[in-house]
Amino acid sequence: MSTTMRPAAAPPRPYHFPAFERVTIPGGLRVVVAPVHKLPVVTVMLVTSAGSSAEPEGKDGVANLTARALLEGTSRRDGNELAERFERLGGALVAGADWDSATVATTVLSSRLREAVALLGEVVLEPAFPEREVERLRAERLADLLQLRTEPRGLANEMFARFTYSPASRYARPEDGGEESVSALGRADVEAFHRERYRPDAATLVFVGDVSVADATSIAREVFGTWRGSAPSAPIPDATPAHTAPATHIVRKEEAPQSELRIGHPGLPRSHPDYFKVLVMNSVLGGLFSSRINLNLREQHAYTYGAFSGFEWRRGAGPFVVSTAVRSDVTADAAREVLMEIERMRADAISADELTLATSYLDGVFPIKYETTEAIARALAAMVVYELPDDYFDRYRERIRAVTTMDVLHAASRYLHPEIMQLVVVGDPAAVRAPLEALAVGPVHVYDADGRPIAG
Amino acid sequence: MRIPIETFRLPNGLFVTLSEDHTAPIVAVNLWYHVGSANERAGRTGFAHLFEHMLFQGSAHVGANEHFELIQRAGGTLNGSTWLERTNYFETVPSNQLALALWLEADRMGALLPAMTQQKLDTQRDVVKNERRWSVDNQPYGTWWERLPALAFPPEHPFHHSLIGSMEDLTEASLEDVATFFATYYTPDNAVLSIAGDFDPAETRALVERYFGPIPAGGGTPPLPDMTLPPTFGQWRREVVPDSVMVPRLFLAFRAPVFGSDEYYAASVLGAVLGMGKGSRLQRRLVRERQVASEASAFTFDLAKGADLLVVDVTARPEVPPDVLEGEVAQEIDAVWRDGVTPVDVERAVALIETGFTSSMQSAGERADKLSMFATYFGDPGLVNVQTERYRAVTADQVSAFARARLGPDNRASLLFVPRVPEGAEAELAGAATEGQ
Repeated sequence: MSTTMRPAAAPPRPYHFPAFERVTIPGGLRVVVAPVHKLPVVTVMLVTSAGSSAEPEGKDGVANLTARALLEGTSRRDGNELAERFERLGGALVAGADWDSATVATTVLSSRLREAVALLGEVVLEPAFPEREVERLRAERLADLLQLRTEPRGLANEMFARFTYSPASRYARPEDGGEESVSALGRADVEAFHRERYRPDAATLVFVGDVSVADATSIAREVFGTWRGSAPSAPIPDATPAHTAPATHIVRKEEAPQSELRIGHPGLPRSHPDYFKVLVMNSVLGGLFSSRINLNLREQHAYTYGAFSGFEWRRGAGPFVVSTAVRSDVTADAAREVLMEIERMRADAISADELTLATSYLDGVFPIKYETTEAIARALAAMVVYELPDDYFDRYRERIRAVTTMDVLHAASRYLHPEIMQLVVVGDPAAVRAPLEALAVGPVHVYDADGRPIAG
Repeated sequence: MRIPIETFRLPNGLFVTLSEDHTAPIVAVNLWYHVGSANERAGRTGFAHLFEHMLFQGSAHVGANEHFELIQRAGGTLNGSTWLERTNYFETVPSNQLALALWLEADRMGALLPAMTQQKLDTQRDVVKNERRWSVDNQPYGTWWERLPALAFPPEHPFHHSLIGSMEDLTEASLEDVATFFATYYTPDNAVLSIAGDFDPAETRALVERYFGPIPAGGGTPPLPDMTLPPTFGQWRREVVPDSVMVPRLFLAFRAPVFGSDEYYAASVLGAVLGMGKGSRLQRRLVRERQVASEASAFTFDLAKGADLLVVDVTARPEVPPDVLEGEVAQEIDAVWRDGVTPVDVERAVALIETGFTSSMQSAGERADKLSMFATYFGDPGLVNVQTERYRAVTADQVSAFARARLGPDNRASLLFVPRVPEGAEAELAGAATEGQ
């Protein structure tokens, strides 16, 4: 019967990442416009180099607090009125900071674009930072930190960072700030950070959607044309590892039915020349559903609902980490399998079949990643933040296809580091400590939910 | 915004909807089977979802996990999900790979059982038990999404029991259950296939006929028991849940009209008035002004049969005791119940809903999923093109009337999570009290 035969692929149809233009307006603000006229919506995103990496010493958390506080009122209206004005235009204004940048963005129907950008400009240029609202946002961040103590996934991520990076590294501490630092932040810190970091020469305004280059540029000039000033260049965090040898860290969560497991070490900066080789290597190791780690832990052993690995790309060397949640009684077995897969990746070349699974996935899925104006805007913002060349998206697929099995082997042997691997478990020490001691990934330390060493 | 829609039905009953869009060379394939946890028999909670996992374990001409591998190798994304009333399977692929995606879906719809083995079932059972631990048991507040339906629907009602299932029932699931469930529910006449994106309609129709045409019809959509419920709970139902959490959190549910009904749109707008965006009533009052909550939102389950739920979800600030949280939320709800909403409230809510809807329709996968949903629930995928009009037609008077009828104390079900006091801490407190005397 013909239906038992697998169909072959038809010839691929061409795809091009949306064309964009760059314009610099008086005052130095750069504008990037990608007209996409599929539906009557536009995403507009202001991105600045005001991320956590740019925070002054001792002011952890001020980047996120500042970005969020922008929405709490301007010289012309309070936060309630601002939210209402914006939402009556049908757009939620979203602001936040990550390690490398802060963004303020919204998606609105194109008929409402001009008014939306005017409001976006108002929050960036004339924030009032009302004392009461800054205090509230600070209290909300402290509440988040409190909740983290009983949230095993977030706790595992924070503890992994703490045990992986040297205490001197900003990457060892929470992106949005820890309790001690956030408790000491105030309105003056927010105002100072805004004054220093929200400057036109450190910012880019991205438009994607149903708008022309001419209209977007004219709106940008109208709103941001009088913005002046320059920001100091943002530092790149040091990424020295916390340990020069492997170690195991158990964070106590009594009677946990599952262990949250993180295994890894500091990885590579986004600007690394072997980026594409590492991307393909990681896809085979743990980046895809059909990766070695997921098939082993989930489909072969049924230890978990899912297991993945990834390099977190930042301007400095973000972490390489394998993440999974496994039944408590197989915690050490699961860790052993992960370490075995990492060793196997470093020792032997992958098969041609594994290589093409990864490369044809990354190649083929590329257009699917950029279906929405928001996704395209985020990509263009990343291009700006990581200083990627203008032809980056046009050349992405050919660069993926150029990666070989030997490239993958070299990437694995150079950039996966068993000799400094840190193993972090949020789980029940009574169930996991003895098997982990037997596994012997370095010494085994036990901590409470605040990361303080305990006897266990 | 209107998307083009073409439909046809195969002789075996499979309903097909097509929506062309050639802006990018990608195409989404989306299958809804009209079966969900509501169809599970007693003692088999979680089976519809476990069964969804089995559909990725191969079929007559596809190996275990090969479905995932073939689609990813083709450069596509894929998944499946299970809900109370339906189960869906979907992939978005480069448009030159459409035939592969259709063939894979047809092979498992037509010939799943030859690939089923005890070992595969045992493995997926354990995977699902891990999913349960991950999403419910080891997650703060994780039990809310089985406790709330249990509180809001009467025992024996098809929406009452757990979707992820109990560990005991998962353990009991057998290969015989797999075969029966497949024969009963996974038939072309209980499914909708939607294809959205870059394809040629004539070629695509020929492919669908070729791959799905030979699959025999089943018995149509199996009936469910009468699911009708009174419009209100008739009381304020309360459950307090001590949990391993640091701060209280309240889920407050109201029985609401079914998805797609005229009254539903008023309920949905009210949800947005209460909890969508910083300008919503609850975020404005409880988070910004009163500062008793750190987060507040509201949403509907969108259940198309029996009765829907409108749910308010508010997380307390650490210093706010559970009873104060409940009182503060009740006060805001009472105000809306008593005084209704304003035209400005409604304008804001509808604008947000409209942008969200239009924006989501940029994705081929979203378009295909919405087409399947309206075709499955109402037999009319064209409803996707009238949603904006339906929302725009909602007035403040309608929303106020709805609030008056459904937000009262006789129609509330509250699930209040409170930090569990460890046994040691209670002893400490007792000790401190003794010392003080």
